Amino acid sequence: MRRELSAPVRIKRRMGFLPRFYYSWRRTVKWLVLFGAVSGPGIIVMLADNDAGGITTYAATGAHFGYGLLWFLVLLGPIAYYIQEMTVRLGAVTKRGHAEAIFDAFGPFWGWFSLVDLILVDWLTLVTEFIGMTAALSIFHVPPIVTVVVVSIVMLAMVLQGRYWTWEKIAFLFCVLNVIYIPGAILARPSVSDIVRTGLIPNFPGGFTNEVFFFLMANIGTTIAPWMIFFQQSAVVDKGIQEKDIPFGKLDTAIGATFTVLIAAFVIIMTGTLLRGVSIDSAAHAATALMGVNKSLGTLLAIGLFNAGFLGAICISLASSWAFGEVFGWAHSLNNRIREAPWFYVSYVVALATAGTVVLIPGAPLVMITLFVQVVAVTLLPAALVFLILLLNDAERMGKYKNTVAQNVISVLVVACIVVLSTLYGISTLFPGLFK
Amino acid sequence: MRTEKRLVKGPLRTFLGKRFVRIREINEKYKAPHVKMTPAVKFALFCLRFYLLLLVGLLFFKFYTLVAGK
Repeated sequence: MRRELSAPVRIKRRMGFLPRFYYSWRRTVKWLVLFGAVSGPGIIVMLADNDAGGITTYAATGAHFGYGLLWFLVLLGPIAYYIQEMTVRLGAVTKRGHAEAIFDAFGPFWGWFSLVDLILVDWLTLVTEFIGMTAALSIFHVPPIVTVVVVSIVMLAMVLQGRYWTWEKIAFLFCVLNVIYIPGAILARPSVSDIVRTGLIPNFPGGFTNEVFFFLMANIGTTIAPWMIFFQQSAVVDKGIQEKDIPFGKLDTAIGATFTVLIAAFVIIMTGTLLRGVSIDSAAHAATALMGVNKSLGTLLAIGLFNAGFLGAICISLASSWAFGEVFGWAHSLNNRIREAPWFYVSYVVALATAGTVVLIPGAPLVMITLFVQVVAVTLLPAALVFLILLLNDAERMGKYKNTVAQNVISVLVVACIVVLSTLYGISTLFPGLFK
Repeated sequence: MRTEKRLVKGPLRTFLGKRFVRIREINEKYKAPHVKMTPAVKFALFCLRFYLLLLVGLLFFKFYTLVAGK
């Protein structure tokens, strides 16, 4: 029994080489144009994930263990993709941000809990981004007040121009700058055979010590963050991604996940090659130490740190404003003018101004804030992940896009591991002596 | 003086009043959880509550040790 071929396939088979080539080329171009129009939220959220805190963690990991924990980052990439891909489906199908979806599905108690926790963790993370940016530019003798004011003005200008599309394209530019670590690591002349031998084969340098465990947890904490779930789902809704665009959204997220792992790996390779054995407590410290070894690489790391902080800040501040708007029913799109969505922009400005001011207060407990971020994030992350899985299993809302059994098995396993490890990380931050 | 105080207090009170009314409206709007409360969902939410209570307990314990200087 022969299967009937579809009309386009029959026509294509009858074509000569040149018309067939032209047809394929036109199809590829059309596909690329469509992908270009839909892509954005996934790549931006994934690259913004390598924020100031992330770069600090990766720089310290490289300095401490060399290439030893590279394999772990390679494992984290698919996990980050798996979680973020669910937000694409949820946003495209329900046309709701994550905060609103939680209110709707689980009622006010869990809704307010998630919203308040998100606002708190976003604000604290925003402070850490400002800390990273001011520290990076202070290497070039730029006073913190100048950094905070200029960054705030640029961030405001980005959102006030009135179009999501433009905001996204500007954010893309900063994403491209994030790739600076790749040439940086190549310039450090690492040994490829060493990377393959010691980095890509799973191992625990010096055995499974408390120190290794702490670094593994810190890497999870920086790669999978609660604000990412809220940000990407809101961005998918604001961009107007439809159900038919979900495959493009997934590809966008997969490309972002690949780049986030690549960049993190190259930071580790850079510091693992040049700063092996040096105790690093911040990325700015790593940049200063690198300047002593190789001035241009130190400069590259400092510029990268500033960019990472900036990219993190533009996404995190928006995640809060979107969530507020969704729950309070305010207009909350970057396509709205100030007059149309005043509270959306007010909440954005307030978050920015207060976080920037805290960094400028002399003697502010910045180290305490940095540690506190981890603890608050740990209270929100499990809740956000559990809600994500439950929402993806809501057959009434999700229809054919609900999680399959295989997806549920994988996501439950992934979430269980993240919850256990991030909780232990939170506890070890609260009680540093507990695991020693 | 009294008029000035009223000017400051009046709009602020109205603003806050409106926000509380909005919060009540939100609570009312989302009063009934939409998701079907299957045993699996109930179990997940119970575990989450337990987990959060544990974390809050640990935070309070940390606060106590900091205050008591232990």
